Amino acid sequence: MIDREQVLHVARLARLRLAEEEIEPMASQLSAVLEHVARIGELDLDGVAPSTHVVEVSGRLRADEPEPCLPREVALAQAPAVRDDGFLVPSPQA
Amino acid sequence: MSEPTDLTAAQAARAIAAAELSADELFAAYHARACADRLNCFTWLPDEPAPSASGSSESGTGHTDAVRGVPLAVKDLFCTEGIPSQSGSKILEGYRPPYTATAVQRLQAAGAPLLGKTNQDEFAMGSSNENSAYGPVLNPWDPARVPGGSSGGSAAAVAAGLAPWALGTDTGGSIRQPAALCGIVGLKPTYGAVSRYGMIAFASSLDQAGPLTRDVTDAALMLRQMVGRDRRDATSLDFPGEIALPGAERLDGVRLGVPEELTGEGIEGGVLAAFQAGLAQAEALGATIESVRLPHAPHALSAYYIVAPAECSSNLARFDGVRYGLRVSDGGDLTGMYIDTRHDGFGAEVKRRVMLGTYVLSSGYYDAYYARAQRVRTKIVEDFAAAFAACDLIVTPTAPTIAFELGEKTGDPLAMYLNDFCTVPMSLAGIPAISIPCGLSGSERGLGPGGAGLPVGFQLAGPAFSETRLLDAAYALERAFAFDGSPVRARVGA
Repeated sequence: MIDREQVLHVARLARLRLAEEEIEPMASQLSAVLEHVARIGELDLDGVAPSTHVVEVSGRLRADEPEPCLPREVALAQAPAVRDDGFLVPSPQA
Repeated sequence: MSEPTDLTAAQAARAIAAAELSADELFAAYHARACADRLNCFTWLPDEPAPSASGSSESGTGHTDAVRGVPLAVKDLFCTEGIPSQSGSKILEGYRPPYTATAVQRLQAAGAPLLGKTNQDEFAMGSSNENSAYGPVLNPWDPARVPGGSSGGSAAAVAAGLAPWALGTDTGGSIRQPAALCGIVGLKPTYGAVSRYGMIAFASSLDQAGPLTRDVTDAALMLRQMVGRDRRDATSLDFPGEIALPGAERLDGVRLGVPEELTGEGIEGGVLAAFQAGLAQAEALGATIESVRLPHAPHALSAYYIVAPAECSSNLARFDGVRYGLRVSDGGDLTGMYIDTRHDGFGAEVKRRVMLGTYVLSSGYYDAYYARAQRVRTKIVEDFAAAFAACDLIVTPTAPTIAFELGEKTGDPLAMYLNDFCTVPMSLAGIPAISIPCGLSGSERGLGPGGAGLPVGFQLAGPAFSETRLLDAAYALERAFAFDGSPVRARVGA
């Protein structure tokens, strides 16, 4: 149902890397799950509205007043790498 | 002589309020039990056997005496300021958040000190607690078996008497199913009743925090401190009225609906027998048993395993090695760092769900999977609405089986997902549901301590915001079932 090429494509989209020996098990496990969940294709759902959320909340606005946010040093404290005032990351073109 | 740890949370709180028991003594007693844990329930415990300063604060008003001084175990995925909050994942190893989740903060403000953080399936994805980066939790009834998941550490800690009560989260059954497998009470509130602020997200349209407790009274006591709108969670709602402590002795006039779709095929014989015996006891208390239909319930699992992975694949995009947690970078570029970090940081089940979610949201498949699953969700909501026109509460077994053996289902993800068959419909509909222990099963196979069997959960579900009614009915049934979990607490503590 889902083949090796699709697994590799989805892994790229998801920013995941699969070792060679992980590809086939992933394909067969995803296929088994997809085969099961695809049974909802049997249902007649014409004209049924989708539910994105079960709670009806609309137009709930708060006053637009500035408030203090996390201090910079606190926000940076858990980062793996920091330089000056920001998060340090490898160059996109390294 | 009885120990302070023999008391329920409500009893302990009363004893503390009456100055018959000191909060420090109670905390030290639980701390000692938790430190001697052999079930791997905890991922963090304080060094000192005393409540932290923030936990013993004297702030707060209202019925706060009702929980003051009763130590609280908290599932790892709740952010706790300055205290490791890793959601069972290697990618968050050592992460100490700069703030505390609202649910935890409210219980702390009411005087419940933090006892420890509990083990869980990684990012709450699992039904056996075998997906934790910090090792599996063992079932206190039989350490060769799983405690259920994903709130497995919370459930096992309460069942083993290592904590008086615990906070968990439920996305598709993650409070109710481990409560069932460990022989305790677990309640998933109405979606929106409790703020999700500070819960490390799995599937945001489904995640809810709730109590895991020794009895129904304790569940009510904890829940009433947690509910209410929080401006930091736009989906949280004001709870209509106050959650009353339960006191019903009878079920006269209460119509219990039994959906045939969730009480037949796929449910283990011994579980079904214990459930049927529970129904007979409900009738003896004056309830009427109605047969109801939830025609789309058999498709709930499919809809759930599309919607939840889709939301998870989006939520987990934030774990990229930039702002917190693990970073793995083998000298590559930025994208390479993201991929290396996620490769090393996520476990197998999380990768599987991210893959599944990414696939069902990807171009060409969205309409067949995600868009259809959202329509199935609408049908499930409608099914419940129709059923609640004919009955007051819906009852089912909580899980299709008793606790299974470690390793039994890890090789077959679909078999593992089927554990959630009876719990996901309520999750998709956002309605409250509670699991209470109704008896033991498996004695014919000589399972459990002394071959007496392992716990079976009885699930009750009601319409949105029916928690007080739900708790009242559960309380009456709890008295009738007279389930006794004390031998397990005594054995584990010995």
